[in-house]
Amino acid sequence: MATESLDIHIKFPLLKRPLHPTGIWGWMTTIDHKRIGILYGVTAFIMFLTGGVEALLIRTQLIGPDKDYVSAEVFNQLFTMHGTTMIFLAIMPLSAAFFNFLIPLQIGARDVAFPRLNAFSYWTFLAGAIILNLSWFLGGAPNTGWFSYAPLTSSVFNPGNGPDFWIIGLQVLGIASLAASFNFIVTIINMRAPGMTWTRLPLFTWMTFITAILLVLAFPVITVALIELMFDRAFGMNFFNVAAGGTPVLWQHLFWVFGHPEVYILILPAMGIVSEVLPTFSRKPLFGYSTVVLAGAIIGFMGWMVWSHHMFTVGLGPIANSVFALTTMAIAIPTGIKIFNWIATIWKGSISFKTPMLYAIGFIALFTIGGISGVMHSMASSDAQQQDTYFIIAHIHYVLFGGAMMGIFAGMYYWFPKITGRMYDEKMGQLQFWLMFVGQNLAFFPMHFSGLWGMPRRIYTYGPDMGWTLMNTLSTAGAYLVGIAALIFVVNMVKSWRKGELASQDPWDARTLEWSIPSPPPEYNFEEIPIVQDRDDWWERKRSGKAKTAPAAVPVGGGSGGGHGIHLPQPSFWPMVVSIGLFIGAMGLIYNIAVAAIGGAIALIAIYAWSFEPVNEPDEESGH
Amino acid sequence: MLNMIRGSRRQIYLLLTVLLVTLLSACSKESPQSTFDALGPVSQSQLTILWVILGAGAFVFVLVFALLIFATIRYRRKSDDEADPPQIHGNNKLEIAWTIAPAIILIIVAVPTVRGIFFDANPPDDAAFTVEATGHQWWFEFEYPEQGIVTANELHIPVNQAVAVNLYSVDVIHSFWVPKLAGKLDMVPGNENHMWLEADEPGVYFGQCAEFCGESHAKMRFRVVVHTQADFDAWVIAQKQLAAIPTDPLAKEGYDLFIGQAQCWACHTIDGFQRARGSVGPNLSHVASRMQLGAGIMDNTQENLRAWLEDPNSFKPGNVMSRDAVVYADPSKGLSEPQISALVAFLRSLD
Ligand code: HEC
Ligand SMILES: [Cu+2]
Ligand SMILES: [Cu+2]
Repeated sequence: MATESLDIHIKFPLLKRPLHPTGIWGWMTTIDHKRIGILYGVTAFIMFLTGGVEALLIRTQLIGPDKDYVSAEVFNQLFTMHGTTMIFLAIMPLSAAFFNFLIPLQIGARDVAFPRLNAFSYWTFLAGAIILNLSWFLGGAPNTGWFSYAPLTSSVFNPGNGPDFWIIGLQVLGIASLAASFNFIVTIINMRAPGMTWTRLPLFTWMTFITAILLVLAFPVITVALIELMFDRAFGMNFFNVAAGGTPVLWQHLFWVFGHPEVYILILPAMGIVSEVLPTFSRKPLFGYSTVVLAGAIIGFMGWMVWSHHMFTVGLGPIANSVFALTTMAIAIPTGIKIFNWIATIWKGSISFKTPMLYAIGFIALFTIGGISGVMHSMASSDAQQQDTYFIIAHIHYVLFGGAMMGIFAGMYYWFPKITGRMYDEKMGQLQFWLMFVGQNLAFFPMHFSGLWGMPRRIYTYGPDMGWTLMNTLSTAGAYLVGIAALIFVVNMVKSWRKGELASQDPWDARTLEWSIPSPPPEYNFEEIPIVQDRDDWWERKRSGKAKTAPAAVPVGGGSGGGHGIHLPQPSFWPMVVSIGLFIGAMGLIYNIAVAAIGGAIALIAIYAWSFEPVNEPDEESGH
Repeated sequence: MLNMIRGSRRQIYLLLTVLLVTLLSACSKESPQSTFDALGPVSQSQLTILWVILGAGAFVFVLVFALLIFATIRYRRKSDDEADPPQIHGNNKLEIAWTIAPAIILIIVAVPTVRGIFFDANPPDDAAFTVEATGHQWWFEFEYPEQGIVTANELHIPVNQAVAVNLYSVDVIHSFWVPKLAGKLDMVPGNENHMWLEADEPGVYFGQCAEFCGESHAKMRFRVVVHTQADFDAWVIAQKQLAAIPTDPLAKEGYDLFIGQAQCWACHTIDGFQRARGSVGPNLSHVASRMQLGAGIMDNTQENLRAWLEDPNSFKPGNVMSRDAVVYADPSKGLSEPQISALVAFLRSLD
């Protein structure tokens, strides 16, 4: 089989496998989890900025009553794309960036289980991101809100292409997420270094594992919903068409059976990051490791039993509402446990307030507020006054910005030296934290009030007589502050990446394995695969004085000495070609079924070539 | 570093004061849709539960923030070569405590919640009558089967009487919400939802669609007018009057347009005129008696009515009237200024 693929390469020199590619081609064919992680991170951060610009436009429109900087239609597109972008194109892939870069390093592996599948995940994510954003230029972006309730999405009420871009974009992103999740599940189960037992696994790896399982279970549900919607729109089917006996509420059930676990998909990785940062900067182990892991698992499990709390006002009846109110209250318990365990972690510690730590503590503070308003929503009766108002907007932003994004910022600062080999500018980091912290409280706290004062979400304008002006003006001011903070972050990162001070291997005196190797890590990660003896193995090794001596290690996949003789899988462009095929196919589904067939054919051929491509070309396999 | 901490402490105090002040002002009743200004039994029961959970939440908030602030101040690293703190890995008793304590709080708040859910859902047996409320893109229709009245964007009820409201939609999902009287409930096509309203005081209450329903969702509003029983009875009698062909020549001209060439009849009903039986748009039988136009977005004045007829789209982007009515969809059939004057005169006569 290897020969067969070699034949292809010889017959078509253009298709020659890039053995030692450089420059852009190197990035496009890379299957190194670290480079893929960087690709994910940079792309997702650009998407985060895009979603941020959308947010600023929304906030500008709402700065005062009766403004018409944008039209109703454009406003509706803006909030739809803001939500969709932040959730699917920013937070999820930013988490994926960390999964990619860190999981192999944290578990003592040389790469993920399926490196080429990993590259495929990234390129497919990029394809989905491009499809969604192309809609702006091809007749208008989706305009039905990020949960796109039927029947507003039907071709009767929405004849334009917007919903099609939304449906197809999410389907493509779903493929990327599923592939990545399977990859990380297998990696974490199978690729752990000797001695890295489940009870020694770093918290971030644990949360990644739970997140990946949630993703694998949740995405099929929305896939089904999206297929039904697509069939309704494209082929005149009637899943959600009342006139023909369909039920619009079915969409809501399917969406939220996916959507609620999705909330945990967004927050658990951040919780994992925070659980790494707090111990490091307090020089104390995580308080109640097993409890925190278990709480994460329970949250992941119970996340499946609460979806209808998004539907308290749909009219499911008092019995259903009571049941979902109770399950939702119950899920607050494991969440609360985590908060107290984090506080106990820094309690009596030796706390150093570097930027990552500021962000981690900010996370606890703001996530607590979001958690409290979450419990308020579980009171189904009083929630009838909060549902679909700005109070909900306040809640989700305290959870997703104050929570997930703060955690992600903590992680970006924390691992920046490891990823780039350079230190970020600490002063700028501190300033940026405070701007961000003040800015987001100014933006989101007043929304509690505009919501309780009766301001519904998703309105493009309001009158001066409604009493909402002050709170909205404050929110807009806060949003601008957040925007400035985001820019400072970009400046800090770009500047420091190019000429920051060189980082040592372990600048934070940290605890997990990724800090036991150089910054940035060599392509092969570990010269020798470590034998793990403790939870927080690297910390224990340092403290017992063994860090300087060679770590206990087994030579796996090659001998020692600067990585010579370590065999890594070779680059491949096939994963990217499959994604290009998917992209063409997806655009074809929106515009022209023949094009879809061409795209599908490209993808199939590339999958075929990929399957027969050996991990290493035989002529490179010296000595094995 | 030290300055940083001091600074952050000051900032946190500042933040807390700001929070407190805003919290206090939260009881503000100035907004016409403030849920703090609960003026009916349903909204009051919901507000009570809000206060209960807000109390519990404030307790948790203060506890967590106190611990957090104390820890960050007390346990900050004083010098870089400080000795490692004791490596505490956990404490089962503590962890069990902070599992059970929140559970107890939640059980306590669960009781009023469940009671509230059932209270809101079931209209009392002595409900005065039932209103059928239907959501349309982007206006509300109210039908009183017992009284034989159909009106739009203005729900009239007697004070101190429970009124059952059944909710429907003819197109997409909307949500019926009168913040001062009751929490919202969705209007779902193909479903029938039930709720009830009661107001403690006569007055005018603001309502608004709360579920995103398309382009002009922001402009889908309504009013609830609460009367004394006598006023309500009078309103019912007035609403049941049938319209008659106007005697004023200008209004008569408007009438002719309405049931003729302008084709307003295709979408609007006016009780009393055989021809005007349309059901796409609001019932206009007594449009002049209403306080607002265009689903609660502007006062019902002569000028506003005129402006609305000149270009409905500029008030409500995408609305069905400017999209589908011949006089707006087909420029060659557009209304002339005198025609608009005639229609205005006619519509103003429908009180
Ligand atoms: C295609 C159907 C259609 C036609 C034809 C039509 N309308 Fe309308 N009309 C509507 C709809 C729908 C609304 C509600 C718009 C909204 O609030 O979103 C409306 C609203 C109104 C209102 C405001 C009612 C209120 O209570 O706020 C007036 C007045 C009105 N129409 C007058 C007219 C006149 C006069 C004509 C004839 C020139 C006309 N309409 C033709 C559909 C129509
Ligand atoms: Cu949820
Ligand atoms: Cu609406």
